[in-house]
Amino acid sequence: MTTLALLAAACRGEGEPRGVAPGSAHEDGRPLLGIGRPATQEEIKAWDIAISPDGTGLPPGSGTATQGAVLYRQKCAMCHGPTGTEGPAERLVGREPRQGFPFGKDPSLGRTVGNYWPYATTLYDYIHRAMPLNAPGSLSPDEVYRAVAFLLWRNEIISDTTVVNAQTLPRVVMPARDRFVNDNRRGGAEIR
Amino acid sequence: MTDTPISRRTLLAGAAGALGAGALQQQLGRLQSQSGTPAVPADPTKVPGSPTSVLGERSPFERPRRVPLGGNQGVSLTPLQDLYGIVTPADLHFERHHAGVPAIDPERYKLLIHGMVERPMVFDLAALHRFPAVSALHFLECSGNGSASYRNIRPDLSPQLVDGLTSTSEWTGVPLATLFRAVGVKPGATWFLAEGEDAAVMARSIPIAKGWEDALIAYGQNGEPLRPEQGYPARLLLPGWEGNSNVKWLRRIEVSDHPFMTREETSKYTDPLADGTARQFSFVMDSKSIITFPAYPVTLPGAGWWEINGIAWSGRGMIRRVEISTDGGQQWAPAELQLPVLSRCHTRFRYLWNWDGRESLIMSRAVDETGYVQPTLAELRAARGLGTFYHFNHIRAWRVRRDGSVVFGLEG
Repeated sequence: MTTLALLAAACRGEGEPRGVAPGSAHEDGRPLLGIGRPATQEEIKAWDIAISPDGTGLPPGSGTATQGAVLYRQKCAMCHGPTGTEGPAERLVGREPRQGFPFGKDPSLGRTVGNYWPYATTLYDYIHRAMPLNAPGSLSPDEVYRAVAFLLWRNEIISDTTVVNAQTLPRVVMPARDRFVNDNRRGGAEIR
Repeated sequence: MTDTPISRRTLLAGAAGALGAGALQQQLGRLQSQSGTPAVPADPTKVPGSPTSVLGERSPFERPRRVPLGGNQGVSLTPLQDLYGIVTPADLHFERHHAGVPAIDPERYKLLIHGMVERPMVFDLAALHRFPAVSALHFLECSGNGSASYRNIRPDLSPQLVDGLTSTSEWTGVPLATLFRAVGVKPGATWFLAEGEDAAVMARSIPIAKGWEDALIAYGQNGEPLRPEQGYPARLLLPGWEGNSNVKWLRRIEVSDHPFMTREETSKYTDPLADGTARQFSFVMDSKSIITFPAYPVTLPGAGWWEINGIAWSGRGMIRRVEISTDGGQQWAPAELQLPVLSRCHTRFRYLWNWDGRESLIMSRAVDETGYVQPTLAELRAARGLGTFYHFNHIRAWRVRRDGSVVFGLEG
């Protein structure tokens, strides 16, 4: 079977290909069907913003909580409150409850960076891609590092002088790091 | 009832909370009462009718409306009680956005696929249209759907306010597997990141097996291009999986050997359990059903034969059967499943009921092809705890009172 025929069969979930003209297949090793074009390195670089838990993707730059306090006051406090607890937007700060992880039992417990977020790298990723709400994607790497440092300090995870950068951020161990388990629902008779 | 400010927490949970739902119900009532009665001739056979037109509109007598809640970070709910069959009209498809609906020029649109691939590539919309296409009917459901039926249950909730964050469309697009072959996914790739072109640059990590199995890059919805609210010009469509993972306005796929642990798969869309853990990557929407008639705010004018009907669906495949109870769950009888019954798609069920005029608690219970039986509220609370914010697929109930009025809930 030709590559295209295999493709067509796989797409339709059938053993025998249908609707494929004879002799229309492309050879292996070329972009299949010849549709689309190669991406340039510039295109990839412009959009490749995801940060991995091991720190892959973190740019040069750095910040401390002390620096972050200024930025937070200017660009974050209007929605998240003067100390990250008042709202009206999502509460960011708080380590309570310090014992256990009783969120499943108590819907009234607020989920904060300090008590629920498992990875510190997620802070960089999210603040950079989506914050502040009225000017998303507008913060420089130094500004994002400062905001991250401020939130980690306010949640009593780092000190106010810790320099947060591409090397130190992935090493921060979040309080909720080991609380997450993979989905074990499988259908069938059991309610999980 | 007074208008109550809607808490942002409720909105971010991705569902209509009890307070917001009540306020919006009231707004909806006002909207309907403003409409008045359209002017029509006494005898339409004695007056020439209207000419043909470039674009059809609903009868002025029909005014189905979504219930929008929470601005550009909110939801809007599909009026399930106003729909027949299984397909949701595109303009009534539910919405859930994290930073509003972006305006995207289809001429400038491009989808980048890179990462662990042999050939990083860019596909514009014309390229996507040129690939061999498929169409399939699938439900799409926000995983926060049904939260108003889990805690602090109120009687004055309509099907729309209980479960309006699910819709079904015929989706048309390119199998992601086709694009994976085009770029040459490398051995060892286990996940891919799907990222949107909205102001939240919304991103989720997806197991690559789902990409090979049945994921679509969808550009068509019910025979026309996607609506902007559903991801125009192209979105990820993962049949049976929670709405949030079906990334809209898709602009980038990064193939990887690990999940990226974005905010939406850690801080949000995880399910804390009573045992002190939190479930992550809980993609599949379990089997579920809801009676959409009779339901609040309908009042049955009298005893006699009434057809109970509603929708059932499962993210794991086809609905095998739906059972109806009219006595609060003591006895169950099979409903008729209306054809077609399709995998990971709304299925309409019908049950002819001879109401004797006594107060009755009516319920539906779906069973899917894996043998999974839609659990009771007590069973789901026992398995999940009260603190969960997603995947509320327990049995819903409507109380038909002696005066014919219908209210929601086991605790109504």
